[in-house]
Amino acid sequence: MTRLMKHRLFWPVFSLLALIVINTIARPQFIKITMRDGEFYGALIDILRNCAPLMLVALGMTLVIATRGIDLSVGAVMAVSGAVTLTIIDGSSSPGSTSTVLVAILAGIGVSLVLGLWNGFLVAVLDIQPIIATLVLMLAGRGVALLITDGFITTVNSEPLNFVATGYLFALPFALFIWLAAAAAIAIVERRTALGVLTEAVGINPEASRLAGVRSRGIILGAYVASGTLAGIAGIIYSSNIRAADANAAGDLIELYAILAVVLGGTSLMGGKFTIAGTVIGVLIIQTLDSTILFLGVSSAQSPVFFAIVVVIVVLIQSPRVHQWGRALTGGFRTRPGTEVRNDAEVTA
Amino acid sequence: MKTKFRTGVAVLGALALFATGCGSSDSDGGDGGSASGDTIKVGFAQTGSESGWRSANTESMKEAFSEENGFELVFNAADNDPAAQISAVRSFISQGVDAIVIAPIVEDGWDDVLQEAADADIPVILEDRTVTSSEDLYESWVGLDFKKEGVMAGEWAATEFGSEPTKMVVLEGTTGSAPANDRAEGFDEAIAGSSIEKIDSQTGEFTRDGGKTVMEGFLQKYGVDGIDLVYAHNDDMALGAIEAIEAAGGVPGEDIKIVSIDAVHDGMQALVDGKINFIVECNPLLGDLAAGLVKSVLDGETVEKQVYVEDQSFTQEQAAEVIDSRAY
Repeated sequence: MTRLMKHRLFWPVFSLLALIVINTIARPQFIKITMRDGEFYGALIDILRNCAPLMLVALGMTLVIATRGIDLSVGAVMAVSGAVTLTIIDGSSSPGSTSTVLVAILAGIGVSLVLGLWNGFLVAVLDIQPIIATLVLMLAGRGVALLITDGFITTVNSEPLNFVATGYLFALPFALFIWLAAAAAIAIVERRTALGVLTEAVGINPEASRLAGVRSRGIILGAYVASGTLAGIAGIIYSSNIRAADANAAGDLIELYAILAVVLGGTSLMGGKFTIAGTVIGVLIIQTLDSTILFLGVSSAQSPVFFAIVVVIVVLIQSPRVHQWGRALTGGFRTRPGTEVRNDAEVTA
Repeated sequence: MKTKFRTGVAVLGALALFATGCGSSDSDGGDGGSASGDTIKVGFAQTGSESGWRSANTESMKEAFSEENGFELVFNAADNDPAAQISAVRSFISQGVDAIVIAPIVEDGWDDVLQEAADADIPVILEDRTVTSSEDLYESWVGLDFKKEGVMAGEWAATEFGSEPTKMVVLEGTTGSAPANDRAEGFDEAIAGSSIEKIDSQTGEFTRDGGKTVMEGFLQKYGVDGIDLVYAHNDDMALGAIEAIEAAGGVPGEDIKIVSIDAVHDGMQALVDGKINFIVECNPLLGDLAAGLVKSVLDGETVEKQVYVEDQSFTQEQAAEVIDSRAY
């Protein structure tokens, strides 16, 4: 049990399960999953589907944060990719054809990749502070999206596009497979190759890693390109879900929720060590918390405070210092101070 | 080929905006002193371009204050930044415009700049939203009665359901905003004493995504059979709710009826398609009224302090008749 509790994902998973239990006690149908027309249906399935945009953005954010950076532009990139994709479909003669939609989606993702490259260029090559470099695009990007859609919400009726966010594959939402694939791909590339270790090295000490022969520039650039591209896919899922490109609302404030998810998952904003699984749990916590607000019937005016209180509790639950106090209070003196504090030397081992 | 070209344009546009940053604001270059002769130079400080309604409103203002109508319009969209809007009004004053029209982003903090305009003898007309400053500091306000919109929606619901017990959920607008507060208040007044019971209410932030997510939650909580009526504070949230109801296996407009406010094009289309049951219009075409007020004020006529635009409402049949002729 103590070994289990020492695992760094123990407390994030514990928080997530606690939220699910609270919801289930408040409304038992929360946990119920039914089969309808060969598709699973239920509040938990909704959470797994609706978290897709935030999940993709947070996965990209994890990589950027690992390099000691931050990407504030993800929401704006979402707006741009949605606007590009839906404008192309809207302008085509056959909005319902799969090939049109594929071309449009590739265009949207391509544009986001370029936007990510731009961020990476500013940070890695021109050495601009990440928060400032990505702020430029955060402010300008939404303007670009509005320009593309002429300031209106572009509504598109296209079956293949709708499938992206609302379609089902093997009785489960297609959007779930998108984020699972993204998480798996990132986990494999980062953990089965040396890239993950190199990324952490760059995040912990860029100068030292450069002297040690790590090509930090390329790694930082890559992280921003990944973040931009994932945000682009997120923007397409968002637009597909509402069948419209809403340049104002798409990805609004998502950068902050993504940062929150990364931190809830146990990745430090100081850069260095990161956890993909932790980010996945962090996003699920936030998405479940959104449902909790609805299921407990918290009023709109109180919901931000409710959200904040729960986040504070979750953060406290995970704090090593609070654990030490807890153990001191229960009389146990088996604590080994410092073991749970981040240890930079670990990575070089 | 066509799609490739469009993408290219989009990318170029994106890059061009980086180059200019966000500095593409109102500067008219150096056109020296204000236009002489008969043209009236008007500065219009818009909130930004946050919604389809706002875009239609901007278009209407630009048309009404066109050169053909004898105006020279200096336009500024403040991107919902109150400080930027106030500095835009200051720049109107220093440019020596003949009149200023403001769609205030927030209600507070206008005293100083309105006083400066009054000192410079420039009349101010407020559009859409109001300010908390003294009424002496502006000539008139033209806009909509959000509460009455709520009342009209509520009256329809009360008549439609009669004595039938009805379970209603509400998709609220942005918490604390005037349209959300007033539309809720008006609706609640109109259904007081009726058989309609509000079982839940949550904000959908006036967006489609918000409306859809909240409605999905309501449907999980109560089931399709547990909800009879949705009251959405705007069309976009109603459109999101339609998606959620369809995904849950219900038929919007029949299993669950929907009443909303705005009457933007997509909302009207859904009304014609039978997915929404009733829409109260929130008319964004305030340009002509505002232009008329500016002219009257400059001619020295006294004008009403508050000018309300008449809102219409549409049933499914009425919507089918007018949808093609509507400008927005």
